[in-house]
Amino acid sequence: MTMTETAKADPRASGTVDPRASGAKPLVELKDIRIAFGGVQAVDGVSLDLYPGEVVGLLGHNGAGKSTLIKILSGAYKADSGEIRINGEKATINSPRDARRYNIETIYQTLALADNLDAASNLFLGREITTRAGFVDDARQEAETRKIMARLNPNFRKLSEPVSALSGGQRQSVAIARAVYFNARILIMDEPTAALGVHETAMVADLIKELKAQGLGIFLISHDTREMMDLCDRVSVMKNGQLVGTERVEDVTEDDILSMIIMGKNPKREPA
Amino acid sequence: MSNTDSVPNAAPPEGRPADKAPARSFLNQLELDLRLLGMVGAFIAVCVVFNLLTDGRFLTPRNIFNLSIQTVSVAIMATGMVFIIVTRHIDLSVGALLATASAVMAMMQTRWLPDTLGLPLGHAALPWLAILAGLVTGAVIGAFQGWLVGYLTIPAFIVTLGGLLIWRNVGWYITSGQTIGPLDETFQAFGGINGTLGAQWSWIFGLVAAGIAVLALVSARRNKIGHGFPVKPVWAEAVVIGIIVAAILGFVAVLNAYEIPSRVLARDFAARGAEMPEGYSAAYGIPYSVLLLIAVAVVMTVIARKTRLGRYIFATGGNPDAAELSGINTRLLTVKVFSIMGILVAISAVVASARLTNHSNDIGTLDELRVIAAAVIGGTALSGGIGTIYGAILGALIMQSLQSGMAMVGVDAPLQNIVVGTVLVAAVLIDIIYRRRVGGK
Repeated sequence: MTMTETAKADPRASGTVDPRASGAKPLVELKDIRIAFGGVQAVDGVSLDLYPGEVVGLLGHNGAGKSTLIKILSGAYKADSGEIRINGEKATINSPRDARRYNIETIYQTLALADNLDAASNLFLGREITTRAGFVDDARQEAETRKIMARLNPNFRKLSEPVSALSGGQRQSVAIARAVYFNARILIMDEPTAALGVHETAMVADLIKELKAQGLGIFLISHDTREMMDLCDRVSVMKNGQLVGTERVEDVTEDDILSMIIMGKNPKREPA
Repeated sequence: MSNTDSVPNAAPPEGRPADKAPARSFLNQLELDLRLLGMVGAFIAVCVVFNLLTDGRFLTPRNIFNLSIQTVSVAIMATGMVFIIVTRHIDLSVGALLATASAVMAMMQTRWLPDTLGLPLGHAALPWLAILAGLVTGAVIGAFQGWLVGYLTIPAFIVTLGGLLIWRNVGWYITSGQTIGPLDETFQAFGGINGTLGAQWSWIFGLVAAGIAVLALVSARRNKIGHGFPVKPVWAEAVVIGIIVAAILGFVAVLNAYEIPSRVLARDFAARGAEMPEGYSAAYGIPYSVLLLIAVAVVMTVIARKTRLGRYIFATGGNPDAAELSGINTRLLTVKVFSIMGILVAISAVVASARLTNHSNDIGTLDELRVIAAAVIGGTALSGGIGTIYGAILGALIMQSLQSGMAMVGVDAPLQNIVVGTVLVAAVLIDIIYRRRVGGK
């Protein structure tokens, strides 16, 4: 996408990308976000941004605050302080419904599917297609599901079975279809490949590239550093609720990132 | 997997894998729900056994008539309990709440309205205002309990256990412990024997119901074809339609076969100042209370399968976190579900007090257990997310058949309850085994 390229062409881009210098408008800006749970500062003054057509990876130990941070963006939690800007405008996100209004879609680590419902009911959960009489239009929902699944996962045929009967990859397709179908502009993926096999992981990677090419902004959380180097434009590392740093992937090695995760500093910037 | 058949589109998946197989079994082609067949089978077995034990007295039109009016009150509440249990809650207060609603309605029509508005006893508006007051009472108390559960996050078990003690005695306070009666005659018509359609209207109702059922099945088939989904063969569709039509008309025929005793008819004629013609006879037909149950069943089934509310109820039961993250307001949903339960309890209170022709303090005692048992026997999973309205009604019918069958056979009272308790536990065990075998959860 052009905007990412502009950023890359930025002569001053020696280390971090300076969003203001590139001239492009960020899709999402998180500014000085803080949230505490019973005295524990889970997210402590983190600022991040995301551009259209860009994948930003979030890395860190378990409990570093990555999931909490993106849950603030997706409306599952409410930040104690800080500001969220979408397209440069201040956004108020108090619930998942608010987030959806800003075209923010989230694929959760735990998949967030209702096991007892079929794929179509899950895909449209909370946003059912209704007939003129106000009833849920199951036939149309199933037809739409069939359409989007043909694109995402052509092998997917178990449309009318509860999703508990599906494999991990198929369930993940349902979760992804849900995000894609409603024209997300900002996609949050929390460990989307954690439960998947090799083939399915590759499928998700291809999909991320395709969505990126379409101009979506994607926040990706994963523990797989290599996968992150492969898919992301920038990576942000968190430790103990604080942001260690944000780096363009071409400026750092996997080892650099690992030491950021483990030691909480970038050896290139702060030589030991 | 058919245990999720309350979930739209999850209709008998048993048939699906066989799609590609050349030889499909007879039952597969009918695409009938195995669980439903199992319950109908159990019900028929109960009926046949008791019929043999009672030398044919169990399956007489008269006893079937009585069975159906005895089942109505519990069955209406059981449909609401399905929603409660599906959302992973429980309501232990329904029997007590029934007493409060019944007390309010009884006092309205015999004391409060006549005293405040000056409406004379027997005024046409009395029963309807009383029923309205009862429904509002049920809805408000239900919503209040739902609020305690949903917003204040007190476990439903505790809230409704408290309610079990509270509402029974609120009813006691309202009436000062007195039995209130006799209730208004129009009101009593909802009780069963005092209000029936008569033979002619029963037939008309049966034919209309059968017609609607046929139309619904045909249009569902057309809809499927329109979207390019597989449908079952025409002959299988015809068999299903045939069974349904036969069941509806058969039920009407049986109820119409129960004739009003001639002394009752003679009394009616005498009351109108007329002479009863020689050889005159009339049948009871379908009781209004049964019509009420049918209406409740239809409405609740439509809510469960065809509305967003129903979809959210099942989604919340299946995965509360997923529902919440999908933007569903699960707290408000809890309030709605408990409020629906309260309204259904009030409707049951109309039927129960009308059947007794008065309100007494112990009305609805132990109903909470019967209602929960009916829902559970009907396949509602206490782990949430799974349950059907028709299952709960069938469950209520099976329970009532067992109970009155044993009474007819002359089984000792303690033994009756021992049997019912055993059946409840066994039914759940069978359900667990069945689900494990079909690969559900």
